[in-house]
Amino acid sequence: MKIKKIKKDIYSLEKEERMNISPKIFANQEIINTLKRDELKNQNNSLNQLKNLSSLPGLKGVVALADIHPGYGAPIGSATASDLREGVITFASTGFDINCGIHSLVLPITAKELNKKKKEFAESLFKDIPAGVGVGGKLRIDSTQMDELLKGGAEYVVKRGYGKKKDLNFLEEKGRIKKIDVTSVSLKAKERARDQIGTLGSGNHYCEIQEIEKIYDLKSAKKFGLIQGGTFVSIHCGSRAIGHQIGSDYLPILDSAVKKYGININNRDLVCAPFNSEEGQKYFSAIKAGTNAAFANRQVIGVLVKRSFEKVFGLSESEVKTFYDVGHNTAKIETHKFEGKKRKVLVQRKGSTRGFGPNNLAIPKNYRVVGQPVIVGGSMGTNSFILRGTKEAMNETFGSTIHGAGRSMSRSEAISKINGEDLLKKLFEKGIVIKAHSTKGLAEEAPLAYKNIIDVVNTMDLTNISKKVAKLKPIICIKG
Amino acid sequence: MFETFEHKADIGVRGKGNTLESAFEECAKAMISVMLDIDSIEPRKSHVIKLKSSDESNLLISFLNELLFLKDTKKMIYSKFRVKIEESAFENNLKEFTLKATCFGEKIDLKKHDFLVDVKAATYSQLRVVQEDKIFVAQCIVDV
Repeated sequence: MKIKKIKKDIYSLEKEERMNISPKIFANQEIINTLKRDELKNQNNSLNQLKNLSSLPGLKGVVALADIHPGYGAPIGSATASDLREGVITFASTGFDINCGIHSLVLPITAKELNKKKKEFAESLFKDIPAGVGVGGKLRIDSTQMDELLKGGAEYVVKRGYGKKKDLNFLEEKGRIKKIDVTSVSLKAKERARDQIGTLGSGNHYCEIQEIEKIYDLKSAKKFGLIQGGTFVSIHCGSRAIGHQIGSDYLPILDSAVKKYGININNRDLVCAPFNSEEGQKYFSAIKAGTNAAFANRQVIGVLVKRSFEKVFGLSESEVKTFYDVGHNTAKIETHKFEGKKRKVLVQRKGSTRGFGPNNLAIPKNYRVVGQPVIVGGSMGTNSFILRGTKEAMNETFGSTIHGAGRSMSRSEAISKINGEDLLKKLFEKGIVIKAHSTKGLAEEAPLAYKNIIDVVNTMDLTNISKKVAKLKPIICIKG
Repeated sequence: MFETFEHKADIGVRGKGNTLESAFEECAKAMISVMLDIDSIEPRKSHVIKLKSSDESNLLISFLNELLFLKDTKKMIYSKFRVKIEESAFENNLKEFTLKATCFGEKIDLKKHDFLVDVKAATYSQLRVVQEDKIFVAQCIVDV
């Protein structure tokens, strides 16, 4: 496939065969070289997936970000904008882990102070946050309550005593997407989620306590309430099994829809339905419900962290500030400019964060003048970053940006090359306390298995899609 | 026999056998083995799954996803399977495949079952249910 350079670190994948649009790729030369090498080696590569994705009908825009790596159907680190009448809603562009994202807090103590009780805090968090396979949460939800939760999102769990109303101002969509038809979610999906709200899950999900190691942009950091040497919490997880079950339920429905509406897809991975069809609307409603479940889940875990903090440090949980919550596997209706005209589109982000520029009303009031906070999660033991959205992102990527480092090594390759116990020791020597439910599973998430996050972040900074505000260094990491 | 295969972000599961049924049984074992050591699961209890689908590949996905549903809701994990698949034909070339699987396993006990990772779902990615020479193959990528 032909990649054309537009300007430094911005490329386009040239239109060919059935492609309806030419996607833009935001990546440095090294990432581009890796994509090209991968194209020759593997059939299931990011460029091929990007090409297939760009062949869907009704697309207004397709972008790939610097953390791009192969997913199923759509690459992870990509976003699409589709026309509401002509376009489709695609399974692969949101995936099974609906509204996986990061919920974050600012602790009212310095890293120095926190380090004094590091081990105790790690033990307490490990005990207080349910994680790992087969572990349920304390908050039980019966079937009537489940419908309330799916409609109410984080707002619902606040009513159940998890957090304060003011926390909601600092969540994307205020923690609740409206207009949900709860019948779009199967009883099976609801049953699967009953004991999972307030649980971290497993795999790459984590809760990390971090030091604000460096500030790049003092003015924005001040608006965000971040100071060098301060402490930050990132909670990375999603809608858990309800999202997985919604995905499993809709795969065959969308598979039939492709045949029913005669949609030309290059690969079965890309099953979809016209957005305007009955199937498309139902699936969209189910995604919104899953999105609310994820907001609720992260809000509960955020409160568990606050309570754990209060227990260990003796400071009230109300002194811990909810910083922001942003999802990276989403489907939403947003207004963006295409060919000079503002229009409503369906934006699907897969492994991509919303990163709106300054003065957008969707951004919490306190942050609005500098742009939306974007929390970029590192791999275990590496830095994470706080960026801010820009005007350029609104013009070039319909307000979409990176979500993390992106994998560079498969899980089995990581397991064969990395020993979990050794890794734990090395990170411990670096002063990072890791508490994990599976040591074997740790190897899969080792820093070596991911791209260098600094390169990924710098690419977005250089292209002005998201600007660096602060760098975070891990102190404690609780793994599922 | 069952095996797993490479994928950058997730992992592939494959079952092979002399019959379509045994390929399904082996594929299920492959998926369970992604999560934990399959030998740590004792076949103490049995459960019957009945599913219908218009093609064999959707039937495989539904079967694997049903096992994940049972893991999350009933906290049951299975290691041995006895699968029966029947095909019925209707007018207009329409077909229906019925699966009946007897699954043997036990309740999850975290002291005994050391989970490496959770499997979220079986996907259409690299989904194949085929007969190659005399061997049946059932495979797909599972999301972890």
